[in-house]
Amino acid sequence: MSLLHIVRRRLLLAIVVVFGVIVVTFIVSRLIPGDPARLMAGEHASRETVQHMRHVLGLDRPLPVQFAVYLDKLVHGDLGVSIRTERPVSEDIRRFFPATIELSLAALLFAVAAGVPLGVLSAVFKDTWVDQAARAVSVIGISMPAFWLALLLLDFFYNWLGILPGTGRLDEGMAAPPAVTGMFTVDALLAGQWQTLRSALVHLALPGFTLGFVILGIIMRQIRSAMIEVLQEDYIRTARASGLSSSRIIFGHALRNALIPSVTMLGLTFGDLLYGAVLTETIFAWPGMGNYVIQSISFLDFPSIMGFAVIASLAYVLINLAVDLTYMLLDPQIREIG
Amino acid sequence: MTDWRHTWYRLSRSPLTVVGLGIVIAVLLVMIFAPLLSPYDPNRLSLAVRLAPPSLHHWFGTDEVGRDLLSRVIWGSRASVVAGIATVAISMSIGTLIGAFSGLSAGWVDTAIMRTMDILLAFPSFILAMTLAAALGPSLINAIIPIAIVRTPFYVRLARGQALTLRDRAYVRAAVSFGSSTWHIVRRHILPNSLAPIVVQSTLDIGLAILTVSALSFIGLGAQQPTAEWGAMVANGRAFFLDQWWYPTFPGLAILVTAVGYNLLGDGLREILDPRLRGR
Repeated sequence: MSLLHIVRRRLLLAIVVVFGVIVVTFIVSRLIPGDPARLMAGEHASRETVQHMRHVLGLDRPLPVQFAVYLDKLVHGDLGVSIRTERPVSEDIRRFFPATIELSLAALLFAVAAGVPLGVLSAVFKDTWVDQAARAVSVIGISMPAFWLALLLLDFFYNWLGILPGTGRLDEGMAAPPAVTGMFTVDALLAGQWQTLRSALVHLALPGFTLGFVILGIIMRQIRSAMIEVLQEDYIRTARASGLSSSRIIFGHALRNALIPSVTMLGLTFGDLLYGAVLTETIFAWPGMGNYVIQSISFLDFPSIMGFAVIASLAYVLINLAVDLTYMLLDPQIREIG
Repeated sequence: MTDWRHTWYRLSRSPLTVVGLGIVIAVLLVMIFAPLLSPYDPNRLSLAVRLAPPSLHHWFGTDEVGRDLLSRVIWGSRASVVAGIATVAISMSIGTLIGAFSGLSAGWVDTAIMRTMDILLAFPSFILAMTLAAALGPSLINAIIPIAIVRTPFYVRLARGQALTLRDRAYVRAAVSFGSSTWHIVRRHILPNSLAPIVVQSTLDIGLAILTVSALSFIGLGAQQPTAEWGAMVANGRAFFLDQWWYPTFPGLAILVTAVGYNLLGDGLREILDPRLRGR
């Protein structure tokens, strides 16, 4: 099988999966109890108004037709109108997504910065107390209810010590930096607004740590097992025998090779980031997608829930596709046969 | 027999696994003996002691209607842990059967099943479970079902992989040539030989399921009042945590400790049962 063939197969699978994801979200959206037409028309609306609303929403047409309409709108970026905010869902998502991306990137940065060294230490000092301690941290991270950790941190750093802000993205009354990426830290940096940058970073600390801690264990675990595998390879033994220093072997040879298989896992952590974001954002009142979808759920706002689910899932599929393709290009064993 | 002794020996050499096993057994005991262990009725209101801090009478304090939080955490294990175990029992049994049949049947049946699983796996699992739970309406059962659905593909893959390797073994081929039914082969050969990886996966999964159920309950999609459930208790305590720290702290700690227990035990079992990892 040539590289081109493998890539083509992977792309084909991605297309099947994207279509499947859209079908599943559509089916789920039609399962939602409560009559969205009645919800939109209001509690005291007459039968005729509800009927009219149902017609406007297209809910009186046969399911396959509804699906075709849904698909057509999706292709054109139309996700319907949110019942709660009364804005187009696509506009809401554009508005709230940058905050979630910013939070997720901060969390990922922290998790990689802490998880990779922990994983390396754990593998190098395998079965010693260093390893046991690092594994304990990883298991606690994997077992941590993010919403509970968020509450504890909020209580400790905001309520008790008073050194970190509790909620939001910026100090109260502070204007958002000129929008370029929608990520306040990056935008503030671009505009040279140091006060705003500082405020944005301080507000990012607690939610970023909470979310990062949840995936830290996963990253550490992956690096540990990849490192243990690599450290047993013949070329490592050869490098040892030829008198290279331990640090050069670990960082120059072993870690570089352990990172390649770990790349595929980064795509999967995006799913965990979404999971964590939903829980973390509600507690820190972080105005991102997680917060948005939780409020939509309590409102039975089905266009928003469905819009979020479809966009988040498609993003997940595409990120994993990109990661897999990168891996195929990075991994010499696959690249060679191409 | 020597096999079990070997397993026990390896277990005793890994302190973290023993800790995990200890936690799992302790939580199961608390769950079974909840009526004997809990000092109060978990649903008894007592407005005289609303939001009382931890004391000798109420070790974990009380909530906003004076219910004893220790008793509610103890009884909460019956909701949270049972929900976690039920989730895994459903996804494991259904997934393993589908996977074993898929692997044995090959051809378009296998392809169709596996593509469907690919689609389910392509979703960010919590988002799918959350959306399904929202569609089904808030209740503990409606939190269990979506999580079980989301986890099923993992068992399908696992069992299918086992079936594919075992399919070409001499004894399975012999069974086929004797005219054994697929069901017989699955039951007699595939399932017993797939036990080790499935046990490992389900132990780890129970920890994950307990976390996910409590997360759904926390956002209002799982257990409803007045059921004592750990995630729902943290959610209720959220409004009070700035002044009454104990309220969300203890139920959350129960989630963490239980999940740690299952994860440590699952990790340990994997190292013991997976021959590839032996001696590492």
